[in-house]
Amino acid sequence: MRQVTATGLSVEEAVQSALKQLNITENQATIDVIEEGKKGFLGLFGSKRAIVKVSMNEDPVKKAEKYLAGIVNQFDIDISIESSIKDNVVTYHLSGEKIAILIGKRAQTLNALQYLVQLVINRESNKYYTVIVDAEGYRKRREDTLVQLANRKASQVVERKRDVKLEPMPSFERKIIHTALQNNRAVKTFSDGVEPNRYVVIRSV
Amino acid sequence: MKALIENIVVPLVDYPEAIHVTEKEEENKIVYHLEVHADDVGKVIGKNGRIAKAVRTVVYAAGMKSNKRIYLDIM
Repeated sequence: MRQVTATGLSVEEAVQSALKQLNITENQATIDVIEEGKKGFLGLFGSKRAIVKVSMNEDPVKKAEKYLAGIVNQFDIDISIESSIKDNVVTYHLSGEKIAILIGKRAQTLNALQYLVQLVINRESNKYYTVIVDAEGYRKRREDTLVQLANRKASQVVERKRDVKLEPMPSFERKIIHTALQNNRAVKTFSDGVEPNRYVVIRSV
Repeated sequence: MKALIENIVVPLVDYPEAIHVTEKEEENKIVYHLEVHADDVGKVIGKNGRIAKAVRTVVYAAGMKSNKRIYLDIM
């Protein structure tokens, strides 16, 4: 974390000068006032300059990436991380050999990592981020599988006129199912059950 | 392994200096005992144990390479 100490005739002036030195804006900084400063008599005697310490807040996306790296590096496998950000969705792509150990059975390890990274990124940031942790395109493959599954189950529902309950899935996977069947007029979808065992139900209309 | 647990937990809490991980090896399992500051207990357990579950999932995945079972105790 970079920080500078600056002085000025007033606190405001000192802060501005510090921000200029760091080349950042006020909402990226933490400001500590060390000395309030005094105007002094007629601006001549007993005036004291204001002193402030301004430190730069670390970019939460970078910080969360370091956090993730600190975890995966302990697995003794070579993993590289690439991050990308779109609106408030931050995606970390993990790649490397032996990535399977980080995905785990039904992506439970990958989802656990994703949840932890999301906690860390939102802990100090005033903006809300959604985090996706992906491994070698796993999320995309899973999405394709889920869309296929949704369509297959939907036609089953229409044929048999009976509800189909899918297995429990995390919210972002349920969303893929809901979205996939959104424009299918023959069925409607909703979720039932309590987290972490919420599941999608497909019903014919 | 201890480093992994610390790496996971430290950024989640307000009092990182109060974190203690102790390791106890038994016949066919290794038990890691995690202690945190009293005010931080909720931050490592979470609503319905959701955070604790995520921490354990990651720790157990890393423990797969050793042939002993691994347990994580959170005080």
